[in-house]
Amino acid sequence: MSTYATERETTEGTVYTVTGGDWDQVVSGAGDDQRMVVNMGPQHPSTHGVLRLVLELEGETVTSARTVIGYLHTGIEKNMEYRTWTQGVTFVTRMDYLSPIFNETAYCLAVEKLLGIEVPERATTIRVLCMEINRIASHLVWLATGGMELGALTAMTNGFRERELCLDVLETITGLRMNHAYVRPGGVSQDLPPGAVEKVRELLATLEKRVPVIDELLTGQPIWQKRLQDVAYLDVQGCLALGVTGPILRSAGLAWDLRKVQPYCGYETYDFEVPTSDLADGWGRFLVRVAEIKESMKIIEQALDRLHPGPVMVEDKKIGWPAQLALGSDGMGQSLDHVKKIMGTSMEALIHHFKLVTEGFRVPAGQVYTAIEAPRGELGVHAVSDGGTRPFRVHVREPSFVNLQSASAMCEGGLLADAIAAVASIDPVMGGVDR
Amino acid sequence: MSESGFEGKAQVSPGGEHEPAGDVTHGGTAPTPSAVTPPATRPGQGSDMFGATFGSDTSGFGGLVKSKPAPVASAKPYGGWFDEATDALEAAWPGFGENVLRVVVDRGELTLHVKPAAVLDIARVLRDDPNLRFELLSSVSGVDYPAEETRLHAVYHFTSMTFRRRLRVEAAVTVEDPHIPSVCPVYPTADFQERETWDMFGIVFDGHPALTRILMPDDWVGHPQRKDYPLGGIPVEYKGASIPPPDERRSYA
Amino acid sequence: MGVEEKLPSGIVLTSVEKVVNWSRKSSLWPATFGLACCAIEMMATGAGRYDLARFGMEVFRASPRQADLMIVAGRVSQKMAPVVRQIYDQMPEPKWVIAMGVCASSGGMFNNYAIVQGVDHIVPVDIYLPGCPPRPEMLMDAILKLHDKIMEEPLGSNAKRREAHDYQPRQLVASSQRYTKDGKKAARAASES
Repeated sequence: MSTYATERETTEGTVYTVTGGDWDQVVSGAGDDQRMVVNMGPQHPSTHGVLRLVLELEGETVTSARTVIGYLHTGIEKNMEYRTWTQGVTFVTRMDYLSPIFNETAYCLAVEKLLGIEVPERATTIRVLCMEINRIASHLVWLATGGMELGALTAMTNGFRERELCLDVLETITGLRMNHAYVRPGGVSQDLPPGAVEKVRELLATLEKRVPVIDELLTGQPIWQKRLQDVAYLDVQGCLALGVTGPILRSAGLAWDLRKVQPYCGYETYDFEVPTSDLADGWGRFLVRVAEIKESMKIIEQALDRLHPGPVMVEDKKIGWPAQLALGSDGMGQSLDHVKKIMGTSMEALIHHFKLVTEGFRVPAGQVYTAIEAPRGELGVHAVSDGGTRPFRVHVREPSFVNLQSASAMCEGGLLADAIAAVASIDPVMGGVDR
Repeated sequence: MSESGFEGKAQVSPGGEHEPAGDVTHGGTAPTPSAVTPPATRPGQGSDMFGATFGSDTSGFGGLVKSKPAPVASAKPYGGWFDEATDALEAAWPGFGENVLRVVVDRGELTLHVKPAAVLDIARVLRDDPNLRFELLSSVSGVDYPAEETRLHAVYHFTSMTFRRRLRVEAAVTVEDPHIPSVCPVYPTADFQERETWDMFGIVFDGHPALTRILMPDDWVGHPQRKDYPLGGIPVEYKGASIPPPDERRSYA
Repeated sequence: MGVEEKLPSGIVLTSVEKVVNWSRKSSLWPATFGLACCAIEMMATGAGRYDLARFGMEVFRASPRQADLMIVAGRVSQKMAPVVRQIYDQMPEPKWVIAMGVCASSGGMFNNYAIVQGVDHIVPVDIYLPGCPPRPEMLMDAILKLHDKIMEEPLGSNAKRREAHDYQPRQLVASSQRYTKDGKKAARAASES
């Protein structure tokens, strides 16, 4: 009898190509071997972005899981070598698109280390403020998409509703909802507009009411618990061997948070906890992330109290971004005072403005590695300068890239549905993975 | 499956193509920049001030190329915890003397330049020695220094969680013989990262379980992040002018 | 396509055309094709605040065989290009493509070896939506413009109209004019002509 599946022998055994047709006919030809290779292709509603999972299934159990990435490779690192150091911010911000402020801050900290300059205190506080708002937004997206992947569609609508509030605040401060290009080497591009502080306080008040609602919605829910408990287990040894950092490592019990152990941007002066869990499974990661949202809210509160008036860009005119933006009759642009100054009175200001915008500042030769704690783990930037106005090499050590290696370890031996939960609990962002 | 002929371009250096200086249109529009890429545009090559006699190079640097000096080795004492760490490494690793070519302390960071063959040994010592305890390999990446003989550098960043320290190890290989032992047996986290370094730079890590392309399509030819690989953009037409991709434009630096 | 096959040939059926086009545009089902940052904005457009469900588009079909709109949201890398084409081929007619964001429209800021300079190198695009990423309101505007475009799509034998040498497709009207009272009247008049 004819089957609809063509078969061929390979070194791995018999391979059947199924292109429609009666399943019984195919399976009867295949014998007792229940092993199937299933491709969860790059376009799939439940793989967190363009991730391809090649799963070898024995019935419903995953015997081997391989991740194939590269479907979003953008060549950002190479592109940055042809742009000035300041323009590098706009590239770096699009790597991990759910936490753009973190990418920018890590890069700017690296550039500032190479330059050897100190950023004004107000700029640092604004950076911390924006970073923590971004962390909340990122974790909310994780809740939303993770929930959607596991079938909890209300989590999606709720998570995105809260995220819109965070994005509103970020839009007031930076001008854009995503990919802000706000944090620049030397400080931040503009000061907080009037009314921003009140808006942030409003955000905190609203989140204080809404986050417990999400907690209630999911934490006590038996289906959510069953989907995540004892699923995607990875203990501390496994995490360290695979280089996994971030909520996954903290869910395994190790309180490794770069904000505490290698503080940057003044984090040592803020009072917050590092939530950990010793469950080392998807459930632990969920608890850790929700707790992190609450800790971030604490940090934002403290940051708001530290905002003292001051400059937001480094004083050195040869490095600090020269623009003074203001809202004019036709929108946001150079303030007329600034234009009067550079065109009328100060020759140096004009030269600085011209040189900085066309050529960019020069960074002394050398290399640095700066790491910050992004929502997904250790975000490191290895910046190499050859003394010029363009980065010689910028490599971003993305947490999602390294964390995704643990997907195989987490999925193998579990069920197919657990593989989805595992990838969801790793929270990879493919823009960061592929860069 | 790769689309346009970028694999053909991989072998041609951007400065190699010469075309007559572009049409200079009068009446307001910018002259078409010639396809000659002044060496000042090529990253990694510095240049110095002399009169411009060369195509449309308005940088004032007449194409003079000056290569950057190699990082200067630091002298002992290095300061801070660096002395303690290097002494501990020297005590624990007999191969320290002949394999560590240079120790550089710069901007608060310690870099050890080692011979490529010793990378696996030093990794093992860094992880296992109780005074060093670098449990986490944060990052493996590559850098291409075209001015040097050993162009391709593999850079390893180690993090010690116990002592809260960071250390960088750098190994340099030539393009003709780009072999470095893989540190996967010691740090399994290097798996994806070494694959990326192979994909982008062409450094072959011996002993890696599955060294295949990870970011580019499997049948891509060439290693994109090398300096002699073009950026590969296309010219953009905008308001009548055609703007070449960033690696072929005039340099203002 | 099923409707067009059942139509008697040679007969101009204006009101059938209107009904068919109206039903097609009112329940466009997008295929999930979010790639990068634009995908997040697309999800935000489908979420509570900028609700896509009011246009009948809440249902993002995972299977391209059940979808009629492919919103290419994000940068298309060289490795992803064959996948884009395969998903497009798997969609049944009639199908439309919105290139969301500058990366899908033209390669965006990434003019390099790794990104396809515009998804129209791979699939035919109906609406190009610039932005990096475009705001949810911009995406909705693009979808509404696509609705207009679908409404004037000729059906069956009318499609021969398109091949006439003097055929002028109706120009898209800027939204600031289209959604005023006069704009709506003008649009209705134009579609009846």
